[in-house]
Amino acid sequence: MLYREAGQYKTSYQSDQAIFPIAQDRWVVWAFVAFAFLVVPFFVNDYWTNAVLLPLLIYGLAALGLNILVGYCGQISLGTGGFMAVGAYASYKLMTSFPEMNMIIVVLLSGGITAAVGSLFGLPSLRIKGFYLAVATLAAQFFLVWVFNKFGWFYNYSMTGQITAPDREVFGFLLTGPSALPWVKYLFCLTLLAVFALIAKNLVRGRLGRNWMAIRDMDIAAELIGVRPLLTKLSAFAVSSFYIGMAGSLLFSVYLGAVEVGEVFGINVSFLVLFMVIIGGLGSIVGSFLGAAFLVLLPIFLKNFMVDGLGMLPTMAKHVEILLMGLLIIFFLIVEPHGLARLWQITKEKLRMWPFPY
Amino acid sequence: MSAFVEPARMAGHSGMAKGEVLLRVDNVSLSFGGVKAITNISFDIVKGEVRAIIGPNGAGKTSMLNVINGFYHPQEGTIAWRGKVRRKMKPYEAASNGIARTFQNVALFKGMTTLDNIMTGRGLKMKKNFLWQCLHWGPALTEENEHRRKVEEIIDFLEIQAIRKTPVGRLPYGLQKRVELARALAMEPELLLLDEPMAGMNLEEKEDMSRFILDVNQQFGTTIALIEHDMGVVMDLSDRVVVLDYGRKIADGPPDEVQASQDVIDAYLGVPHEH
Ligand SMILES: Nc1ncnc2c1ncn2[C@@H]1O[C@H](COP(=O)(O)OP(=O)(O)OP(=O)(O)O)[C@@H](O)[C@H]1O
Ligand SMILES: [Mg+2]
Repeated sequence: MLYREAGQYKTSYQSDQAIFPIAQDRWVVWAFVAFAFLVVPFFVNDYWTNAVLLPLLIYGLAALGLNILVGYCGQISLGTGGFMAVGAYASYKLMTSFPEMNMIIVVLLSGGITAAVGSLFGLPSLRIKGFYLAVATLAAQFFLVWVFNKFGWFYNYSMTGQITAPDREVFGFLLTGPSALPWVKYLFCLTLLAVFALIAKNLVRGRLGRNWMAIRDMDIAAELIGVRPLLTKLSAFAVSSFYIGMAGSLLFSVYLGAVEVGEVFGINVSFLVLFMVIIGGLGSIVGSFLGAAFLVLLPIFLKNFMVDGLGMLPTMAKHVEILLMGLLIIFFLIVEPHGLARLWQITKEKLRMWPFPY
Repeated sequence: MSAFVEPARMAGHSGMAKGEVLLRVDNVSLSFGGVKAITNISFDIVKGEVRAIIGPNGAGKTSMLNVINGFYHPQEGTIAWRGKVRRKMKPYEAASNGIARTFQNVALFKGMTTLDNIMTGRGLKMKKNFLWQCLHWGPALTEENEHRRKVEEIIDFLEIQAIRKTPVGRLPYGLQKRVELARALAMEPELLLLDEPMAGMNLEEKEDMSRFILDVNQQFGTTIALIEHDMGVVMDLSDRVVVLDYGRKIADGPPDEVQASQDVIDAYLGVPHEH
C-alpha cells in the first residue's frame, strides 16, 4: 500500500514526461543519489573502490554507451573493447602532451575522439545489418588493438609497449597515479556517470532518441516519415562511442593506471559489455547499470561463496563462473530479452497492486 | 472535434488552391527484374480531393504509392509535385515535402508507445539542436511540450486516449491502423497516402475509419490518395477513382462512371485479356 500512484495527477505534459513520474520512485532515487555522493565517499577504502565501485561505475558508463547503440538504435557492435582502447590512448596522449590540461577536459576530449573514430566505423551500418554489421565491428576491434600495438607513437615508444598514467590532479586533488586517494577517484567517476546518465536519459526521451528507436523498430517506415537513416545511425555510433571512449579513458587513467592494450581491451571486453547490456535490458538506461552491477558483482560473490565458503579450488570456481555466465545469457536471450530492467518493472507493477492484486 | 491545424497555416504547404494539380504522374513504368509492376501510367491528384486507387490483387497499387513517395524509382516517366517535375527523391525528402503515408501491413515502431510513435511523426517539425536535446530543458522542453500538445489533439481526434502509453506491439490490429494514421497526421501532410487503411477491420471499425478520413479531408483540407478494396467505401469517400489492372490503367473518373465501365467489371471478374 506504500507504493501508489493513485492521487498523483499529472497537471502538465512536462510532469507526465518526467524521468520518474511516480513520487515514491523519485524519493528513492534522490535518497540513493544523496547516499552515493554524500555518505559513501567517507567510507570508501582501497578494496572497495578497486574491487567494486570503480569497475561498477566505469563499466556502467560503457554499458550505457553500448545500450544507446544496440538497445535504442538496434545496431549491433562488437567493437567496444577497441573503442575503449581509443579512449584510453587518446587520454594517454593528451595527458603526456598537455600536462596542464584539466582531467575533466582530458576525459571529454577522449570521448570526442572516440566518437569520431566510432562514427567512421559506423559508416558500413548504412549498407549492412545484423550479423554482417557485427562482423564489421569485430574487424574494428582487432584493427584498433593492432594499431595501438604496432605504432610506437601511441605509447610514446615506451620499452614495454604499455601506457602508464602520469600523476594528474583535478581541482587540486590528485586523481591519477599510485598515490591518488580512493574517494577522489570514486567521486570523479561517479560525477561523470551521473551527469552522462542524465544526458542519455534526456536524449532518449527527445527527438533524437525517438528517431533512434524508429530506425531500430522499422527503418523503412522511419525513413518515410522523414528520419534520415545515415545521419541517425551515425549519431548513435557517435554518442555511443563517446560514452565508451570516456569509459576507456577512466579505466586506464583512474582505475588501472597502466594498460597493455591486448590484455585490457581485447575481444573479451567487447563481449563482457554486450552481456551487461543484454542481461541488464536492451533499451533501458537503468538496465545498463543493473547489468554492469550484476556482472561486476557476480564474480566477486561467486568467488567468496565457492572458494572461501565451499573450499573449492580457484580454477574450478572460475570454470563454474564462466558456465553460469553462459547459462544466464541464454536465459535472458530466450526468456526475458528485456533483461533485469523488465524484471524490476514487473516487480514494481506487482507492488503497485499489492496487497490487493485485482 | 477540434480543428488542430488550420490548413492555411500548415507549415511546409504550398498554399495551392483547391482543384489545382498537386501531383502529376506521367507515363511511369516500373519493373523488378522481369516483373513489370507498373506500365506506362499517367494520372493526377488535385488539391483537396480524395483520390481512390483501386484494382485487383497485384495490380500495382502499392507500387504506385512507393513511386510517389520516393521509395521506388521508376525506370521511365516523370512525377511532378506541386507543378515542378522532381528529380529522384529520397523517401525522407518526400516526407519533408509534405507527403505522408500509411502501410498495407502496419509499419509501426513496435517497441514504442502510441504517444512516442505519434511524436516521432513530428520529428521533421522539431528544430532544437543536439545540445538542447541533451539538456531537455529551456527551448528544447518548450518545443517538446508544444508538439506534445499537437499530438494530444490528434489523439483526441482519433479517440485513442486510452492507449496513449501502451506499447503499440500489444494493441489489436484495428487500433494499430488507427495509430498509424495518427502518426501520418502528425506530419501535417499536404498529401496523405493511405494503403488499405481498412483492411482486416470489422464493419464498425471501417465506419470509424471512413469518418476519420472524411474529417481529415474536409476539416484540414488534406489531399488523400486512398487504396481500398471495399467498393462501398470507395464509392462513399472518393471524388475520383483510378483503376489499375496488371500494372496498367484501365479507367479513371468519378466513382459511379468507373463502376459502370465494362473494362473494370471484366478486370474484377477476371475476364482474360490480351496483353
Ligand atoms: N519489391 C518487389 N520486388 C519484386 N516484385 C515486386 C516488388 N513489389 C511488388 N512487386 C510485384 O509488383 C506487382 C504489383 O505489386 P503491388 O504490391 O504494387 O500490388 P497491389 O496492387 O498493391 O496488390 P495488393 O492488392 O495485393 O496489395 C506484383 O506482381 C508484385 O509481385
Ligand atoms: Mg498493395
